[in-house]
Amino acid sequence: MTSPAPAGTLAGQVPAGPLIEARGLVKRFGGFTAVDGIDVSVAAGEAFGFLGPNGAGKSSTMRMVGCVSPPSAGTLRILGLDPVHDGSAIRARLGVVPQRDTLDEELTVRENVVVYARYFGLSRAQSRAKADELLEFAQLTERADDRVEPLSGGMKRRLTIARALVNDPDILLLDEPTTGLDPQARHVLWDRLFRLKRQGVTLVLTTHYMDEAEQLCDRLVVMDGGRIAAEGSPRELIRQYSTREVLELRLADGVAGSEPARVAELLARDARRTEVLPDRVLVYTDDADAAAAEAEQRGFAVVSALTRRSTLEDVFLHLTGRTLVD
Amino acid sequence: MSVQAPPGGALRAVARSVPFPLGAGLAWRLLERNARSARRYWIVIASGFFEPVFYLLSLGVGLGALVGPIEVEPGRSVPYAMFVAPALLAASAMNGAVFDSTISVFFKLKYTRLYESVLSTPLRPWDVAVAEIGWALLRGAVYAGAFLLVLVAAGFVASWWALLALPAAVLIGFGFAAVGMAASTYMRTWTDFEFVQLAVLPMFLFSATFYPLSTYPPAVQWLVQATPLFHAVQLERSLLLGDVGWGLLGHAAVFAVMAAAGLVVAARRLDRLLLS
Repeated sequence: MTSPAPAGTLAGQVPAGPLIEARGLVKRFGGFTAVDGIDVSVAAGEAFGFLGPNGAGKSSTMRMVGCVSPPSAGTLRILGLDPVHDGSAIRARLGVVPQRDTLDEELTVRENVVVYARYFGLSRAQSRAKADELLEFAQLTERADDRVEPLSGGMKRRLTIARALVNDPDILLLDEPTTGLDPQARHVLWDRLFRLKRQGVTLVLTTHYMDEAEQLCDRLVVMDGGRIAAEGSPRELIRQYSTREVLELRLADGVAGSEPARVAELLARDARRTEVLPDRVLVYTDDADAAAAEAEQRGFAVVSALTRRSTLEDVFLHLTGRTLVD
Repeated sequence: MSVQAPPGGALRAVARSVPFPLGAGLAWRLLERNARSARRYWIVIASGFFEPVFYLLSLGVGLGALVGPIEVEPGRSVPYAMFVAPALLAASAMNGAVFDSTISVFFKLKYTRLYESVLSTPLRPWDVAVAEIGWALLRGAVYAGAFLLVLVAAGFVASWWALLALPAAVLIGFGFAAVGMAASTYMRTWTDFEFVQLAVLPMFLFSATFYPLSTYPPAVQWLVQATPLFHAVQLERSLLLGDVGWGLLGHAAVFAVMAAAGLVVAARRLDRLLLS
């Protein structure tokens, strides 16, 4: 990003400590506790993720960090400032990509960026220059004068990200950036986020896609039921909470001696752990091929046997006993 | 033009305590957004001008030919069109302000979620309230100005005091827009807008708009005088007919109070709805 940072009261002065610091952070809605006392710390230049299923408290956390939702308890400092009292000044330095696109459908693609830049206090000339630069970045230059409504889901998402970058934010908050996009659109988007990461933009994102978390995050927390279940880099988490390899067995229905529970129990003797899911049995082991051979040798009615590396999905399953996407 | 910093500290305290328009700050940027989007809806915008003109032609000129002169003060009568024109000015200021601040705000609040994206920027709920009401006033001022020119051209204006009719129309619009915006933050569905119609339509018809207050029996007169549009009509009628007295300040005060109360309630409600 080449143009000057918007002159917020403290723009450019990134605090020496963490950019985001939460201690015992709680969000309640009436009697419901969405976020139940989390500690989070995000450093400058980091790509930090909140991984968890729907309802884990990720979006509530993001809204508090985005200064549009006051915390119910605990402390939260963003860029060294208090979001309740300095919300406007903090927001001047954040870029926000909400879960659902909130593009201005009464305006064109270019106007969406220009008008948004104006909200941040940029002059008209600066806003126009910024729009050209960001539409190029978002690969939307050719659609600049079109209305927003007919754009594809992936284009709208890229426009939302372009819009969130008008103020050269110190932190970019992305709530479920690729949910609802087809695989190709997701990869295009990831590529753009990688570029930002390389430019040193601090990324904070939520996702319930483990591949997204693995691709983008330097460090992440696994959230479940408003709490943090584990924290670390994707690799650390996999090493700590799963095995190197996994065998996925699909078994024929109703074959005596091949009931999933029995298969799991017998294979568990040589494996570290097994999980029985509605449609398959997972065997966590350091040698998945050996486990597959054993399953065959024991004569189980195996429909398919897949050996693969452990992913964050397995970490989540181990930590919570549930799958991420169902 | 240099980059503008979001107001902080002392500046913000001043911005919060000073009413529209001095405390607007970045709110102007949202107003600018509305102007940009309006370019595509110019027909909707233009129609607002014709409404009072059509009423004037139909009721003032057409029906007025059947109605004799109206006595506006002891010993002074004016043609019916001159009697009804100021009321149409007041009523169109009300209608425009109410339309802009209710339907349009509700649409942005619930459907396009414009304010969600706006509040991710340095703008605050107060800025949103100020910008939307400011936009309603800007449009209202253009309509009122155009309608006044029509009245001057038609020879329906009797006094130089009519110059004050434009700021008066803006003040009237301010009062109604602020209250309308506050009300629309309580709306749950489009059905609730029937309540707005239920408030606006009787006021339009019965607030001494089309005939003098003296037509009513005393008990009903008291009720009519309690409606805000009555005060708007009195204010505009006095100014356009040159029948000016200190009492006009009382009428004007009604809208100053509506504006202040509406703005405060609207900003607080937006705060609760959007920053939860």
